[in-house]
Amino acid sequence: MDKNLNVLIVDDYKTMLRIIRNLLKQLEFDNVEEASDGQEALSKLRTGNFGLVISDWNMAPMTGLDLLKEVRADARLKETPFIMITAESKTENVVAAKQAGVSNYIVKPFNAETLRDKIEKVLGHA
Amino acid sequence: MPDGNPPDQIEAAVRAVLGTLSGDLTVTEAALLGELEALGREVKRAKSEIAALSVEDINESHIPAATDELDAVVEHTATATNEILDACETLEALQSKLDDGSAQALGNAVTRIYEACSFQDITGQRIAKVVSALKAIEARVAAVTGSFSSLPATVGKKADATEGEQLANGPQLPTNASSQADIDKLLASFD
Repeated sequence: MDKNLNVLIVDDYKTMLRIIRNLLKQLEFDNVEEASDGQEALSKLRTGNFGLVISDWNMAPMTGLDLLKEVRADARLKETPFIMITAESKTENVVAAKQAGVSNYIVKPFNAETLRDKIEKVLGHA
Repeated sequence: MPDGNPPDQIEAAVRAVLGTLSGDLTVTEAALLGELEALGREVKRAKSEIAALSVEDINESHIPAATDELDAVVEHTATATNEILDACETLEALQSKLDDGSAQALGNAVTRIYEACSFQDITGQRIAKVVSALKAIEARVAAVTGSFSSLPATVGKKADATEGEQLANGPQLPTNASSQADIDKLLASFD
Protein backbone atom coordinates (compact mmCIF):
# COMPACT_ATOMS: atom_id res chain seq x y z
CA MET A 1 0.00 0.00 0.00
CA ASP A 2 1.50 3.32 -1.10
CA LYS A 3 1.25 5.70 1.83
CA ASN A 4 2.77 8.55 -0.15
CA LEU A 5 -0.27 8.88 -2.37
CA ASN A 6 -2.29 12.08 -2.18
CA VAL A 7 -5.51 11.77 -0.23
CA LEU A 8 -8.40 14.22 -0.62
CA ILE A 9 -10.72 14.44 2.39
CA VAL A 10 -14.08 16.17 1.89
CA ASP A 11 -16.39 17.30 4.69
CA ASP A 12 -18.32 20.48 5.52
CA TYR A 13 -17.43 20.09 9.20
CA LYS A 14 -13.94 21.47 9.86
CA THR A 15 -13.65 19.39 13.03
CA MET A 16 -14.35 16.20 11.05
CA LEU A 17 -11.67 17.13 8.49
CA ARG A 18 -9.24 17.62 11.36
CA ILE A 19 -10.19 14.29 12.96
CA ILE A 20 -9.78 12.37 9.69
CA ARG A 21 -6.49 14.14 8.95
CA ASN A 22 -5.14 13.14 12.38
CA LEU A 23 -6.29 9.55 12.02
CA LEU A 24 -4.67 9.40 8.57
CA LYS A 25 -1.47 10.77 10.07
CA GLN A 26 -1.49 7.92 12.59
CA LEU A 27 -1.80 5.56 9.61
CA GLU A 28 1.20 7.37 8.08
CA PHE A 29 -0.69 9.09 5.29
CA ASP A 30 0.88 12.54 5.35
CA ASN A 31 -0.13 13.90 1.94
CA VAL A 32 -3.63 15.00 2.76
CA GLU A 33 -5.64 17.81 1.20
CA GLU A 34 -9.04 19.10 2.24
CA ALA A 35 -12.22 20.32 0.56
CA SER A 36 -15.43 21.44 2.25
CA ASP A 37 -17.96 20.38 -0.41
CA GLY A 38 -18.26 18.33 -3.57
CA GLN A 39 -17.68 21.21 -5.95
CA GLU A 40 -14.43 22.30 -4.31
CA ALA A 41 -13.35 18.66 -4.19
CA LEU A 42 -14.07 18.16 -7.89
CA SER A 43 -11.98 21.14 -8.94
CA LYS A 44 -9.10 19.94 -6.72
CA LEU A 45 -9.38 16.46 -8.19
CA ARG A 46 -9.37 17.79 -11.75
CA THR A 47 -6.28 19.90 -11.21
CA GLY A 48 -4.43 17.55 -8.85
CA ASN A 49 -3.27 13.98 -8.67
CA PHE A 50 -5.08 12.06 -5.95
CA GLY A 51 -4.91 8.37 -5.18
CA LEU A 52 -7.80 8.27 -2.71
CA VAL A 53 -10.94 10.28 -1.93
CA ILE A 54 -12.60 10.10 1.48
CA SER A 55 -15.87 12.06 1.36
CA ASP A 56 -18.87 12.96 3.46
CA TRP A 57 -22.34 12.79 1.84
CA ASN A 58 -24.44 15.67 3.19
CA MET A 59 -22.82 18.86 1.88
CA ALA A 60 -23.86 21.87 -0.20
CA PRO A 61 -23.59 22.97 -2.98
CA MET A 62 -22.54 19.49 -4.12
CA THR A 63 -23.18 16.33 -2.10
CA GLY A 64 -20.73 13.47 -1.79
CA LEU A 65 -22.95 11.22 -3.92
CA ASP A 66 -23.00 13.77 -6.73
CA LEU A 67 -19.22 14.15 -6.39
CA LEU A 68 -18.85 10.38 -6.68
CA LYS A 69 -20.95 10.36 -9.86
CA GLU A 70 -18.83 13.16 -11.35
CA VAL A 71 -15.65 11.28 -10.49
CA ARG A 72 -16.90 8.03 -12.04
CA ALA A 73 -18.00 9.92 -15.18
CA ASP A 74 -14.61 11.60 -15.63
CA ALA A 75 -12.24 9.67 -17.90
CA ARG A 76 -9.15 10.66 -15.91
CA LEU A 77 -10.64 10.30 -12.42
CA LYS A 78 -12.95 7.33 -12.78
CA GLU A 79 -10.60 4.72 -11.30
CA THR A 80 -9.87 6.78 -8.15
CA PRO A 81 -10.72 4.80 -4.99
CA PHE A 82 -13.61 6.58 -3.23
CA ILE A 83 -14.65 5.95 0.37
CA MET A 84 -17.84 7.54 1.69
CA ILE A 85 -17.76 8.45 5.41
CA THR A 86 -21.21 9.65 6.38
CA ALA A 87 -23.95 9.71 8.98
CA GLU A 88 -26.35 8.60 6.21
CA SER A 89 -27.03 5.05 7.30
CA LYS A 90 -30.21 4.14 5.45
CA THR A 91 -30.13 1.14 3.16
CA GLU A 92 -31.20 3.36 0.25
CA ASN A 93 -28.11 5.51 0.77
CA VAL A 94 -25.74 2.55 0.79
CA VAL A 95 -27.43 1.10 -2.29
CA ALA A 96 -27.31 4.44 -4.16
CA ALA A 97 -23.63 4.86 -3.30
CA LYS A 98 -22.82 1.33 -4.41
CA GLN A 99 -24.69 1.84 -7.68
CA ALA A 100 -22.76 5.07 -8.23
CA GLY A 101 -19.52 3.10 -7.84
CA VAL A 102 -18.40 3.74 -4.25
CA SER A 103 -15.35 1.72 -3.22
CA ASN A 104 -16.37 1.43 0.42
CA TYR A 105 -18.77 2.99 2.91
CA ILE A 106 -18.15 4.00 6.53
CA VAL A 107 -20.95 5.14 8.80
CA LYS A 108 -20.37 7.92 11.34
CA PRO A 109 -19.53 7.76 14.16
CA PHE A 110 -16.68 5.49 13.09
CA ASN A 111 -13.53 4.25 14.73
CA ALA A 112 -9.90 4.39 13.61
CA GLU A 113 -9.80 0.63 13.07
CA THR A 114 -12.72 0.76 10.61
CA LEU A 115 -11.02 3.57 8.71
CA ARG A 116 -7.75 1.63 8.50
CA ASP A 117 -9.55 -1.56 7.51
CA LYS A 118 -11.50 0.10 4.68
CA ILE A 119 -8.48 1.99 3.36
CA GLU A 120 -6.48 -1.25 3.27
CA LYS A 121 -9.32 -3.02 1.43
CA VAL A 122 -9.77 -0.23 -1.09
CA LEU A 123 -6.10 0.40 -1.81
CA GLY A 124 -5.39 -3.31 -1.84
CA HIS A 125 -7.83 -3.57 -4.73
CA ALA A 126 -6.66 -0.42 -6.44
CA MET B 1 -68.63 36.02 -3.79
CA PRO B 2 -66.18 38.81 -2.94
CA ASP B 3 -62.47 38.14 -2.89
CA GLY B 4 -60.82 37.78 0.48
CA ASN B 5 -60.03 35.31 3.19
CA PRO B 6 -62.24 32.30 3.75
CA PRO B 7 -63.71 33.63 7.06
CA ASP B 8 -64.70 36.86 5.32
CA GLN B 9 -66.14 34.83 2.49
CA ILE B 10 -68.20 32.78 4.94
CA GLU B 11 -69.53 35.95 6.59
CA ALA B 12 -70.34 37.40 3.19
CA ALA B 13 -72.14 34.20 2.23
CA VAL B 14 -74.15 34.28 5.46
CA ARG B 15 -75.17 37.90 4.81
CA ALA B 16 -76.02 37.12 1.19
CA VAL B 17 -78.27 34.21 2.16
CA LEU B 18 -79.92 36.25 4.91
CA GLY B 19 -80.58 39.01 2.40
CA THR B 20 -82.59 36.68 0.19
CA LEU B 21 -84.88 35.66 3.03
CA SER B 22 -87.95 37.83 3.26
CA GLY B 23 -91.46 37.58 4.57
CA ASP B 24 -92.58 34.60 6.60
CA LEU B 25 -89.99 31.89 7.00
CA THR B 26 -90.73 28.28 6.36
CA VAL B 27 -89.56 25.76 8.93
CA THR B 28 -86.65 24.77 6.63
CA GLU B 29 -85.63 28.40 6.11
CA ALA B 30 -85.79 29.05 9.84
CA ALA B 31 -83.58 26.01 10.49
CA LEU B 32 -81.15 27.19 7.80
CA LEU B 33 -81.10 30.65 9.32
CA GLY B 34 -80.34 29.16 12.72
CA GLU B 35 -77.50 27.12 11.28
CA LEU B 36 -76.04 30.14 9.50
CA GLU B 37 -76.21 32.27 12.63
CA ALA B 38 -74.40 29.53 14.56
CA LEU B 39 -71.80 29.33 11.81
CA GLY B 40 -71.26 33.08 11.97
CA ARG B 41 -70.79 32.92 15.74
CA GLU B 42 -68.27 30.08 15.32
CA VAL B 43 -66.26 32.10 12.82
CA LYS B 44 -66.23 35.12 15.14
CA ARG B 45 -65.19 32.99 18.10
CA ALA B 46 -62.40 31.32 16.10
CA LYS B 47 -61.09 34.70 14.99
CA SER B 48 -60.91 36.06 18.51
CA GLU B 49 -59.34 32.85 19.80
CA ILE B 50 -56.61 33.02 17.16
CA ALA B 51 -56.02 36.69 17.99
CA ALA B 52 -55.78 35.82 21.71
CA LEU B 53 -53.15 33.18 21.02
CA SER B 54 -50.67 35.89 19.98
CA VAL B 55 -49.24 33.45 17.44
CA GLU B 56 -47.22 36.32 15.99
CA ASP B 57 -44.89 35.88 18.97
CA ILE B 58 -44.00 32.43 17.70
CA ASN B 59 -42.52 33.85 14.52
CA GLU B 60 -41.37 37.20 15.84
CA SER B 61 -39.46 35.96 18.84
CA HIS B 62 -39.78 32.31 19.87
CA ILE B 63 -38.56 30.60 16.70
CA PRO B 64 -35.75 33.09 15.91
CA ALA B 65 -34.58 32.82 19.54
CA ALA B 66 -34.65 29.02 19.39
CA THR B 67 -32.70 28.85 16.12
CA ASP B 68 -30.15 31.40 17.43
CA GLU B 69 -29.66 29.27 20.54
CA LEU B 70 -29.17 26.15 18.46
CA ASP B 71 -26.67 27.92 16.19
CA ALA B 72 -24.78 28.98 19.31
CA VAL B 73 -24.75 25.37 20.55
CA VAL B 74 -23.12 24.25 17.29
CA GLU B 75 -20.58 27.06 17.52
CA HIS B 76 -19.70 26.21 21.15
CA THR B 77 -19.27 22.51 20.39
CA ALA B 78 -17.04 23.39 17.40
CA THR B 79 -14.85 25.67 19.53
CA ALA B 80 -14.58 23.11 22.31
CA THR B 81 -13.83 20.30 19.86
CA ASN B 82 -11.03 22.33 18.30
CA GLU B 83 -9.60 22.93 21.79
CA ILE B 84 -9.72 19.20 22.50
CA LEU B 85 -8.04 18.45 19.16
CA ASP B 86 -5.32 21.06 19.91
CA ALA B 87 -4.61 19.30 23.20
CA CYS B 88 -4.55 15.88 21.51
CA GLU B 89 -2.07 17.06 18.91
CA THR B 90 0.17 18.39 21.71
CA LEU B 91 -0.03 15.02 23.47
CA GLU B 92 0.76 13.11 20.28
CA ALA B 93 3.87 15.23 19.77
CA LEU B 94 5.11 13.99 23.18
CA GLN B 95 4.97 10.35 22.08
CA SER B 96 8.54 10.35 20.76
CA LYS B 97 9.81 11.34 24.22
CA LEU B 98 8.15 8.36 25.93
CA ASP B 99 9.10 4.71 26.20
CA ASP B 100 7.35 2.35 23.76
CA GLY B 101 4.69 1.14 26.19
CA SER B 102 3.73 4.61 27.34
CA ALA B 103 3.83 5.99 23.80
CA GLN B 104 1.50 3.21 22.67
CA ALA B 105 -0.89 3.80 25.57
CA LEU B 106 -0.94 7.52 24.92
CA GLY B 107 -1.48 6.96 21.19
CA ASN B 108 -4.43 4.66 21.87
CA ALA B 109 -6.03 7.13 24.25
CA VAL B 110 -5.60 10.00 21.78
CA THR B 111 -7.16 7.89 19.01
CA ARG B 112 -10.21 7.27 21.21
CA ILE B 113 -10.53 11.00 21.80
CA TYR B 114 -10.36 11.64 18.03
CA GLU B 115 -13.08 9.07 17.47
CA ALA B 116 -15.26 10.62 20.17
CA CYS B 117 -14.81 14.12 18.73
CA SER B 118 -16.96 13.15 15.76
CA PHE B 119 -19.85 13.96 18.10
CA GLN B 120 -19.52 17.57 16.89
CA ASP B 121 -20.38 16.60 13.33
CA ILE B 122 -23.21 14.23 14.29
CA THR B 123 -24.83 16.59 16.80
CA GLY B 124 -24.40 19.48 14.35
CA GLN B 125 -26.29 17.55 11.68
CA ARG B 126 -29.04 16.63 14.15
CA ILE B 127 -29.38 20.27 15.23
CA ALA B 128 -29.57 21.31 11.56
CA LYS B 129 -32.54 18.95 11.21
CA VAL B 130 -34.27 20.61 14.19
CA VAL B 131 -33.61 24.08 12.74
CA SER B 132 -35.21 23.09 9.44
CA ALA B 133 -38.22 21.67 11.33
CA LEU B 134 -38.56 25.00 13.19
CA LYS B 135 -38.39 26.89 9.90
CA ALA B 136 -41.17 24.70 8.50
CA ILE B 137 -43.30 25.51 11.58
CA GLU B 138 -42.51 29.21 11.13
CA ALA B 139 -43.75 29.08 7.52
CA ARG B 140 -46.96 27.34 8.58
CA VAL B 141 -47.61 29.84 11.37
CA ALA B 142 -47.00 32.71 8.94
CA ALA B 143 -49.54 31.18 6.57
CA VAL B 144 -52.16 30.79 9.32
CA THR B 145 -51.70 34.27 10.78
CA GLY B 146 -51.38 35.95 7.40
CA SER B 147 -54.68 34.60 6.21
CA PHE B 148 -56.82 31.51 6.29
CA SER B 149 -56.00 30.93 2.68
CA SER B 150 -54.51 27.64 1.67
CA LEU B 151 -51.23 26.72 3.31
CA PRO B 152 -48.08 26.69 1.22
CA ALA B 153 -46.87 23.37 -0.05
CA THR B 154 -44.92 21.45 2.55
CA VAL B 155 -41.46 22.87 3.02
CA GLY B 156 -39.41 20.08 1.61
CA LYS B 157 -36.81 19.06 -0.83
CA LYS B 158 -36.73 21.09 -3.99
CA ALA B 159 -38.18 19.47 -7.07
CA ASP B 160 -34.97 19.55 -9.11
CA ALA B 161 -32.85 18.09 -6.29
CA THR B 162 -30.12 15.66 -7.28
CA GLU B 163 -30.22 12.08 -6.02
CA GLY B 164 -27.51 13.05 -3.54
CA GLU B 165 -29.68 15.88 -2.17
CA GLN B 166 -32.86 13.80 -2.10
CA LEU B 167 -31.14 11.09 -0.10
CA ALA B 168 -29.42 13.51 2.32
CA ASN B 169 -31.45 12.43 5.35
CA GLY B 170 -28.87 13.15 8.03
CA PRO B 171 -28.19 10.92 11.02
CA GLN B 172 -30.92 8.41 11.87
CA LEU B 173 -32.16 7.75 15.38
CA PRO B 174 -30.32 4.79 16.94
CA THR B 175 -33.29 2.45 16.49
CA ASN B 176 -33.42 3.13 12.72
CA ALA B 177 -29.71 3.39 12.00
CA SER B 178 -27.77 0.67 10.21
CA SER B 179 -24.56 -0.40 11.92
CA GLN B 180 -21.21 -0.64 10.14
CA ALA B 181 -21.70 -4.43 10.22
CA ASP B 182 -25.13 -4.09 8.50
CA ILE B 183 -23.58 -1.85 5.84
CA ASP B 184 -20.64 -4.19 5.28
CA LYS B 185 -23.10 -7.07 4.82
CA LEU B 186 -25.19 -5.04 2.38
CA LEU B 187 -22.13 -4.04 0.34
CA ALA B 188 -20.87 -7.61 0.28
CA SER B 189 -24.25 -8.72 -1.11
CA PHE B 190 -23.43 -6.83 -4.33
CA ASP B 191 -20.19 -8.73 -4.93
